[in-house]
Amino acid sequence: MTEQATMRGKAAIVGIGETTYYKRGQSPDPEIKLVLDAVQLAAEDAGIDVREIDGFAAYANDRNDPSRLMTALGSKDMTFNNMVWGGGGGGGSAAVANAVAAVVAGYSKYVVVYRGLAQGQFGRFGQGPQTPTAPGAAAFTAPYGLLSPAQSFAMRIRRFMHEHGAEQSALRAISLATYRHAQSNPRAVMYGRELTEEMYDNSRMIVEPFHLFDCCQENDGAAALIVTSAERAKDMQQKPAWVLSAAQGSDFRQAATAHNSPDYPTSNFKTLAPRLYAMAGVGPEDVDVLQSYENFTGGVLMSIVEHGFCEPDEVNDFFTLENFSAPEGKLPLNTSGGNLAECYMHGLELVHEAVRQVRGESTCQVPDANISMVTSGPMVQPVSNLIVAADRGVDA
Amino acid sequence: MSAETGAYLPEGLPRPAPAIDGLGAEFWEAAKRHELVVQQCRACDGFQWGPEWICYQCHSYDLTYTQVSGRGVIYSWERVWHPVHPSLQEATPYIVVLVELPDAGNVRMAGNLLGDPRQDVVIGAEVEVAFEDKGEGDEAYTLVQWRVVE
Repeated sequence: MTEQATMRGKAAIVGIGETTYYKRGQSPDPEIKLVLDAVQLAAEDAGIDVREIDGFAAYANDRNDPSRLMTALGSKDMTFNNMVWGGGGGGGSAAVANAVAAVVAGYSKYVVVYRGLAQGQFGRFGQGPQTPTAPGAAAFTAPYGLLSPAQSFAMRIRRFMHEHGAEQSALRAISLATYRHAQSNPRAVMYGRELTEEMYDNSRMIVEPFHLFDCCQENDGAAALIVTSAERAKDMQQKPAWVLSAAQGSDFRQAATAHNSPDYPTSNFKTLAPRLYAMAGVGPEDVDVLQSYENFTGGVLMSIVEHGFCEPDEVNDFFTLENFSAPEGKLPLNTSGGNLAECYMHGLELVHEAVRQVRGESTCQVPDANISMVTSGPMVQPVSNLIVAADRGVDA
Repeated sequence: MSAETGAYLPEGLPRPAPAIDGLGAEFWEAAKRHELVVQQCRACDGFQWGPEWICYQCHSYDLTYTQVSGRGVIYSWERVWHPVHPSLQEATPYIVVLVELPDAGNVRMAGNLLGDPRQDVVIGAEVEVAFEDKGEGDEAYTLVQWRVVE
């Protein structure tokens, strides 16, 4: 009998580490030091010597080369190194998936997935290019003042809102829920900074339809997590977050330049969501808690729709603060505060929160959370998603 | 709109250029002649945009740039309030539209919607191309802009 091609239950996340999260430019440490710190914290959480890490998986053109990391840490051997293409947060879950693949393929024992950002030390994401020319694809947008991620994605959201009658209140509900959850999370940069409907409504417009509070933060810090095999995970000090499935990729011609993807008002999850659910053997009705990458609230809107939690024409009813609030809401969303209110660690902090929910250690814990889902980087190419669970879901 | 130059946005934003491998050069040359062109496959007649070295439909490399009418329909739009470039500090709000071109396989082009930056914008409204000459000498270029058809 041939073995079924699946990663379901074959590996787990067994350690998580995060530095202090800072506002952009506020880190006292250089980016590489933040990453080294996060990797060491993840190893400590897993209960392994950091030198045991033999695989390295990253995304978003992370600047911190695995060869430098393993050299700096005195690692014994490197068996795997991997970078997900694409400059945005779309690779967050894919990097975990690639770590799982390395473990399942027998390359590596312990793979660390990491992301470090010190935007004070390097450039900002929210600024337009300040070069004399915009060559190639950028020529069709930048000279018209279509420069930043917010400006690029507002165009997709506007079209979605037009086609489905979605209202500003749907975007607002996402922002309010993430800020509410951040008020219970001392790690969150927006801890102690409540957001009300009035504050949202009165906040300055960045680019219609995005208010200030529809946009992610820009932050400094680093996050890392450790993936290992089912065999090892069973005997380690932390409760394993079993990886039930992950998917990565991109729909037909989504990267067509000058805003020409044939399906335009999309988060780019339409082909991935069915693959994710099929491998996990679950559906949207089984998901206990969701961490959905917010570059901008509108991306969350389309991600939630495309993962089958509600119909596109029902968003005004479904997208409410109550529905998204832990622990009682229908779909507790971004329970650490996410990119908007915890930290914009390019969404890797969302994977950490999904793991904490499975362990029962979230500051906004959903009781008995089992199926814990992450969606990474809507509206970019490629995107990825992930389901981790408390129950391995296969014969142990 | 800048009163001094008549330009929709002030000078200082990156000016358009072909890719390093030359892709897209024909479009910007045509714009300087005040002609709107779209990449089209000689083998299957299919339009595609942005430009690529191969036709995604039939995989022919025999591609050309075909002049089109310059009439389009607003597909999506946005009004920008927060400037993300030093040259735009005094230039907000401004409007960017995404225009669909029915006579070129419904490809889309982004540009500014000329006129009052606070005007109501209606998805589905008919627009026509307006060429905006900018820069001087070796750095002269032409932007492809849009205005509502009255």
